[in-house]
Amino acid sequence: MISIPLEIQLMFAGMLFLIGLTGLLVRRNVIFMLMSIEIMLNSAGLAFVMAGTHWMKTDGQAMFIFILTVSAAEVSVGLALILQAFHHYKTLDADAMSKLKDKKTIQL
Amino acid sequence: MEQLIPWIPALPLAGFLIMALFSGALSNKLVSWIATGTVSVSALFTVIGGIDFLNHAEPGSSITVHLFKWIDTGEFNADFAFRIDTLTLVFCFVITFVGALIHLYSIEFMKGDEGFKRFFIYLNLFVASMLILVLADNLLLLYMGWEGVGLCSYLLIGFWYKDPANGYAARKAFIVTRIGDTFMIVGLFLLFVSFNTLNIDSAMQQASAKWGTGSGLATVAALLLLGGAVGKSAQIPMQTWLPDAMAGPSPVSALIHAATMVTAGVYLIARMHVLFSLAPAVQTLVAVIGAVTLLVAGFSAFSQHDLKRVLAYSTISQIGYMFLALGVGAWSAAIFHFMVHAFFKALLFLAAGAVILLLHEEHDMYKMGGLRKRLPVIFWTFLAGGASLAALPLITAGFYSKDQILWLAWASDKGSPWLWLAGIVGAFITALYTFRMIFLTFYGDVKTEPKHAPGALMTIPLVILAILSLVAGFIEFPENLLPVHLFSSLTEKSLPVLTAESTTPEWVFQLISAVTAMTGLLLAWRLFNRPSQFDRVYQHSAPGRFFYSGWGFDRLYHGLIVQPVVWLSEVDVKDFVDRIYTFIAAIPLAVNTWLSPSQNGRVRWYVMGLSAGLAVLLIIMILL
Repeated sequence: MISIPLEIQLMFAGMLFLIGLTGLLVRRNVIFMLMSIEIMLNSAGLAFVMAGTHWMKTDGQAMFIFILTVSAAEVSVGLALILQAFHHYKTLDADAMSKLKDKKTIQL
Repeated sequence: MEQLIPWIPALPLAGFLIMALFSGALSNKLVSWIATGTVSVSALFTVIGGIDFLNHAEPGSSITVHLFKWIDTGEFNADFAFRIDTLTLVFCFVITFVGALIHLYSIEFMKGDEGFKRFFIYLNLFVASMLILVLADNLLLLYMGWEGVGLCSYLLIGFWYKDPANGYAARKAFIVTRIGDTFMIVGLFLLFVSFNTLNIDSAMQQASAKWGTGSGLATVAALLLLGGAVGKSAQIPMQTWLPDAMAGPSPVSALIHAATMVTAGVYLIARMHVLFSLAPAVQTLVAVIGAVTLLVAGFSAFSQHDLKRVLAYSTISQIGYMFLALGVGAWSAAIFHFMVHAFFKALLFLAAGAVILLLHEEHDMYKMGGLRKRLPVIFWTFLAGGASLAALPLITAGFYSKDQILWLAWASDKGSPWLWLAGIVGAFITALYTFRMIFLTFYGDVKTEPKHAPGALMTIPLVILAILSLVAGFIEFPENLLPVHLFSSLTEKSLPVLTAESTTPEWVFQLISAVTAMTGLLLAWRLFNRPSQFDRVYQHSAPGRFFYSGWGFDRLYHGLIVQPVVWLSEVDVKDFVDRIYTFIAAIPLAVNTWLSPSQNGRVRWYVMGLSAGLAVLLIIMILL
């Protein structure tokens, strides 16, 4: 069995994370932003699993199950929010949904 | 006995708490029942407890009831403890008994007022604070009651707060007495530093052991406490708040003037009599302040037009008599006059309040007149109180109490002919202004028709107080008339006895004061029974206007203190220190203005900021 060095593995996870982050930053569609977050969470999970394998511990796998649970919860809440937002704004553009910003702030 | 004592102040206090917390749920009727009931039961407990105390206590003894430890640090200890002796009992009796009558009267007087509940809440707190003041076993607890009555007087003087003038009067009373309070608290610090305790008994014992008579520290401590007493009791030079304190409802005036606040100074000096005996110079000063005050206030009372202001100046003057008595060492006589004064002054204020209420808020005596036939009950009770105030001989209580003071002002070893002379001139002017008031209000032509006769709730307290104003003197006869000395045998259990030394027999002085009072009465009849030339000329003459303004004290203080402070604050409105703080406040505001556009509501912008921050953190971590 070929063993890939841990550095390479982590670099792979890091690249995956950056891809997710870039997607989050450049996409305006909220559903794509949510999927980018999923990619970032997966990259983190991947890093845990690879580290766990490297040190021959099951902790990394256990941690990944937690991350899965959290991301499942996050997706369900996120999708519900997106549905409501779409009903309200008739668009999925994140930049259009800026109603929560402050009014003009206090003056001197 | 021990079980009853804590209830005396606790009942009015509990009434205050219940009414204050549940005022929305209670009806006006229930509030008046709670307020009057708690104070009445307190009065009952005072009488029962007092009789029990006198039956069991030995002369000079006292009972201390420890409730709980209040403050307990290594250096400083103060208990929540009450101390009972005969002096305290007299004060408790007057406060609760007269207080209960004033409560009863107020039910009818305040009927229909929108602040009805608020009034009784304050009134109960007032009585409770005063009781704590007189019962306190240490000076800290005493000071708590002392400030409590100050607070309540502020609340009650400004009771009708919608008129700015009333708020002004309330603030004036509060600030002027606060000057005295500052003296007092400094005095307490001095006593604590010297004796490491604020317990009155042990402080007094240590004072007589450590400080010699006339020593510097004793003099300073007595002076500071005198400052406090002068402020609360409205003596020269801090008397100016009291006439303005008439802004409150009449029952409040009765309570402040008769039973509570202004007598606190008298109580303080009597309680600390050991200290004052150690400082003879200060004690003389007490007598001089009393003598000067009684004259100044007496002349002012003679010139007033407002019925209540006459009584206000009269109170200042009568407290002056008490100070005179304290100053010459006639402790018992001072307390006796306090009690008698409480009866007749409460009566006069309540009766005056009734007159003013029934004449549609008319305060000016020159617009009253002829009320003798219209309001006979008020006339007869007012006459009884007025006779007692003017000390008409033999039949009134005021005669016995005031005569004792005048006699001892002459005959005491600390007394002097000058003090006596001031007292007798004061007695003359008192009789004069008292009957001027009565003749102007109740005799002559009817100028304003009263609405209706007063109801039972207002009449009953007046009648009870009128009877007391006449007969209360019979518990203490002068040495040469009858061997009845119930009151002095009571108070002399806790206060030093004064023996009179004079070669002139006492009856000479009694005769002089009797003649003086009667002369005042007859002169008043001559001058004020019907409109007279003298009255018209006097009112517009220079001395008349000078006395009317209270000897110009207000103007003096306005020029001497108020205006410089106002001037200074106007000059100093933009000072350097303010700029520093304005600058410090400007920095975060500028940063806020600068950063607030970043909160633009765009999620991707926030994520960008988050990532950028993360990147910066990572770079820092790698570099370090």
